[in-house]
Amino acid sequence: MMPARDTRPQGGPGGAAQDGPGRSAQGGGHAGLRAADARSAAAAARRWYVQRLTAMAMALFVAVHLGVMIWAMRGGLSAAEILGRTRESVGWALFYGVFVLLAALHAGIGLRAVLAEWTPLPARGAGLAGDAFAALLLVLGWRAVWAVTWAGAA
Amino acid sequence: MAHGTEQLRVRVWRGAAEGRWQDFDVPRRDNQTVLDVATHIQRRLDPTLSYRYACRVGMCGSCAMTVNGVARWTCRTHVSRVCGGDGRLELAPLANLPVVKDLVVDMAGFFDKWRDALGRFQGDAGRHEPVARVKPDSPARRAADAGVECIGCGVCYASCDVVSWRPEFLGPAALNRAWTLVNDERDRAGAARLAAVAGDAGCHACHTQGSCTLRCPKQIEPTAGIAGLKRMAARAALRGELDEVDGGRP
Repeated sequence: MMPARDTRPQGGPGGAAQDGPGRSAQGGGHAGLRAADARSAAAAARRWYVQRLTAMAMALFVAVHLGVMIWAMRGGLSAAEILGRTRESVGWALFYGVFVLLAALHAGIGLRAVLAEWTPLPARGAGLAGDAFAALLLVLGWRAVWAVTWAGAA
Repeated sequence: MAHGTEQLRVRVWRGAAEGRWQDFDVPRRDNQTVLDVATHIQRRLDPTLSYRYACRVGMCGSCAMTVNGVARWTCRTHVSRVCGGDGRLELAPLANLPVVKDLVVDMAGFFDKWRDALGRFQGDAGRHEPVARVKPDSPARRAADAGVECIGCGVCYASCDVVSWRPEFLGPAALNRAWTLVNDERDRAGAARLAAVAGDAGCHACHTQGSCTLRCPKQIEPTAGIAGLKRMAARAALRGELDEVDGGRP
């Protein structure tokens, strides 16, 4: 029969082998901190900060977005009505342009964290995947903003 | 007697990573601690049982075990608190650490992480300089005070889900230690310590689940300290201090 402690550590992602001496990734006995570690620490701290800020800012953007939706729905909703509001509107273009940027930054950092924790991807790979996803959101999002503001307006 | 049964049915883990459960019948007594139960088994029933303790009064931090599935300090856990009317008790070694034998785990990895988090005070004042005056009511001193009573029992570490799925994570105790030191105005490790505790294996891996805070027998809140480290590391990163850290640490 297996005790709880035997099964529990292996329940996580990757099933990282836990037992045995020297399993600590940082247990190599090094006294000095390598410059690469310091850089990654600084980058992690910045990512945390950016994600905090974008989350706070997006709380406002989501509130405005939902508020306008609820307000706009009252007289029925049509594509023409929406486009009438957004076409050639600098305000809405800026609002959703910034919103897309915030969402891309936030999601890219979040995806990196999820991948680094739940997949065997190394931190660098997870970072690249997160950046690629952020870039994809940025392109798709800004393209959509363009589509409802100036695309085909001429 | 206030409890329902005269005997405790105690299930004890025997062996190391591979092993088996062994059952013992232990007489139930008033004011009996879980450590008393382990001691009764070793003294009266099976002298080959291995377990650790030293002070028996909640100071040394050596007697922590998994009691009925929950990490606890056994010397100050009364049987009546963890044992229902059925008189069943289960003793297992702490989780997240390699088992040496029976109820004894190898704490080396746990304390290695205190070292990796630069958990050692680094001052610059000599013995001939005046004693530092630290105002007891300053915010930093209060923050340090809140975490400084850690006895290193490993209960938080064994209770942490992030440690269990991410073995390189420094864990609540080492990060709590770092938090007390970054709030110690006499300490000079500064940005080097923040760099050591930031990152994917450090404070940024914490999910704020709070198991450490829930289980800490000393009512310390490592979760709050880790959140503080995140804020402090972010400020240092924005000022560029973390980038300046390299091998030339104090």
